[in-house]
Amino acid sequence: MTEPLARPRRKDPLKKTRLPLNPQGARSRAAHGLTAAAAEGRFVLQSCADCSAVVYPPRDACPVCLSPRLPYKDVDARGVLLAETTVRSSTDPYFRERTPWRIGTVKLDAGPVLVAHLHGDTKEGGRVRLGLKLDKSGAPVAIALPEQDTPHMGDDPQLRELTCDPKFRRVLITDGRTAVGQAMAKAFSEAGSSIIFVGIADAWKPFPGMDALRGIERVEIIPLDITDSESVLEQAEQNGGRIDIIVNTAEHIRAGGIIERRGINIAREEMDVRYFGLMRLAQAFGPGMRFRGADGVNSATAIVNLLSVYALMNWPTYGAHSAAEAACLSATQSLRAELRSGGVRMVNVFFGPLETEWFQTVPPPKVAPAVLARAVIEALKKGLEDVFVGDVAEDVRLRLAVNPKALERELAG
Amino acid sequence: MAVANLLVFARAIASGTIRVVDLTQTLTPDFPTIVLPPEFGQCAPFRLEEISRYDERGPAWYWNNLTVGEHTGTHFDAPIHWVSGKDLPDNAVDTIPAKNFIAPAAVIDCSREAKADADFLLTVAFVKAWEKQHGKIGAGSWVLLRTDWSKRSYADYAGLRQDGAHTPGPGPEVVEWLVEERDVHGFGTETIGTDAGQAQHFNPPFPAHFYMHGKGRYGLQCLTNLDLLPPKGAVIIAAPLKIKQGSGSPLRVLALVSAERE
Repeated sequence: MTEPLARPRRKDPLKKTRLPLNPQGARSRAAHGLTAAAAEGRFVLQSCADCSAVVYPPRDACPVCLSPRLPYKDVDARGVLLAETTVRSSTDPYFRERTPWRIGTVKLDAGPVLVAHLHGDTKEGGRVRLGLKLDKSGAPVAIALPEQDTPHMGDDPQLRELTCDPKFRRVLITDGRTAVGQAMAKAFSEAGSSIIFVGIADAWKPFPGMDALRGIERVEIIPLDITDSESVLEQAEQNGGRIDIIVNTAEHIRAGGIIERRGINIAREEMDVRYFGLMRLAQAFGPGMRFRGADGVNSATAIVNLLSVYALMNWPTYGAHSAAEAACLSATQSLRAELRSGGVRMVNVFFGPLETEWFQTVPPPKVAPAVLARAVIEALKKGLEDVFVGDVAEDVRLRLAVNPKALERELAG
Repeated sequence: MAVANLLVFARAIASGTIRVVDLTQTLTPDFPTIVLPPEFGQCAPFRLEEISRYDERGPAWYWNNLTVGEHTGTHFDAPIHWVSGKDLPDNAVDTIPAKNFIAPAAVIDCSREAKADADFLLTVAFVKAWEKQHGKIGAGSWVLLRTDWSKRSYADYAGLRQDGAHTPGPGPEVVEWLVEERDVHGFGTETIGTDAGQAQHFNPPFPAHFYMHGKGRYGLQCLTNLDLLPPKGAVIIAAPLKIKQGSGSPLRVLALVSAERE
């Protein structure tokens, strides 16, 4: 049984903040197949295309038949915890601060034996499922989880170290004027976040859902306009020290390609909201979050960026919009590298058309704001980095992996 | 002779015999700008981006880049702004004769009426009653509508409800009358536009824009401190930026008021 997490006490202002350290994060090129899977929450291992051997640790050639054809494949993650030990002292600066730390060997039903971190609810000799997770350095590691979910299992300290669980954390939702922003506020409240700051730009403009938003438990409305550097800086100065998760819900969606648009005013607004907006957030909040990456139970842990899946491949029906999303996606890749030293995760959540007014004429399937919000919570609880929500996003992901050129042509219609 | 008079004028300003009243709202990012339906092009709000502030980007100096639309904050409307004035000569901010940037003002106080009714409309009868008290509005005079709207919170100032903005302004017939019968210089308001919040439903829509600009007259909006002006006798200095073929511009609007008038 996992001891439920207690609400963290207020920080002792006389104590120095513990600085973030990262576990060793270097991996071989072959091992980054695990990185990709961990980022998406899948469990994969190399599987020999010639002799079908399931291989671990990652290699360049099959240890059985020497074949170089070792693609990653989804593998049954279940197995038995063969042996465990508890590390009580370590020379590694990261683990030194986190002992005692349980590790063990897991024999997978699929064959290989892995060394894994252990969830508190696993027992030697018992059945477990392995999860691939990204650790604070962004490197993939395996953790053995109990075979079935147990109460409060997300509160386990070793698991929580590998996730961005919103429970007891303080969240900033950058734009509460939209259906997505409001759904997000509700979801974080239900997920047990301590404070949900919700940014509202131009408070003098009324918006639908304002009263319901105010009624959500632990929601605090703050003035925030991510197109205004001064406003973002002001919020960072005021609340930056107590924001653990940022969810960037600011959106700017307009249909249309490039030639039909007269002038670049709308494109400028798109870039201002999506690309420069993210940049403003990162510059204002990034340093503080990176500093607070190991600051106890409610350490700074993630920036969530909501992205159109057409950031990955342009959909000319929303062509200019797709281009701005692509710029935003590229910025997140830089930010991911810049945030890593603080153990703060950049989570990209991709989705197709939303069930909102700006996709009114687009046929289903569309993603409802509440579904998107639930997916974000789920992603943080699992510690994911790349999330695809809904059929359209999943479809684009798969087609992109197979043949990007074909996808480009198909999206052009 | 003229030189002597100007020196007297300058001394009067220096000594305070002539008061200078600032009718300008401070340009800030959160000051309301006009809101059009989202599918239309929008006026850029004011934004400031620091270039340097005595730091590594410029060690000894502080300066900013700024973004505005031509109709952001306290601003001037040139005739070219409206389709009715598009073919007039000298209709843009760069071609309007510079002398037109200085003109006297008649300030019509509707603050009581506007307080009682956000949709208050100025009428010919109202202006005639005002003239009975203060004398006829002279040709070439700004008409400034004092509503005390500038003293409101931003939400009340914008007055946005589900059926659009609710802010005071002129009715259609009074604008036409001011142009045709009083030959005014232009129309100025404290609200976001020279027209009333619901003016898109008037006939013609947006009459202050339609009639004023159609006859080559000007507009001023987002004014403040109109309560510090006398009904008559103030002189307005309102010179927009010299933007090539500009439809308007943010500007500093000053009123000169003879102190003896108080």
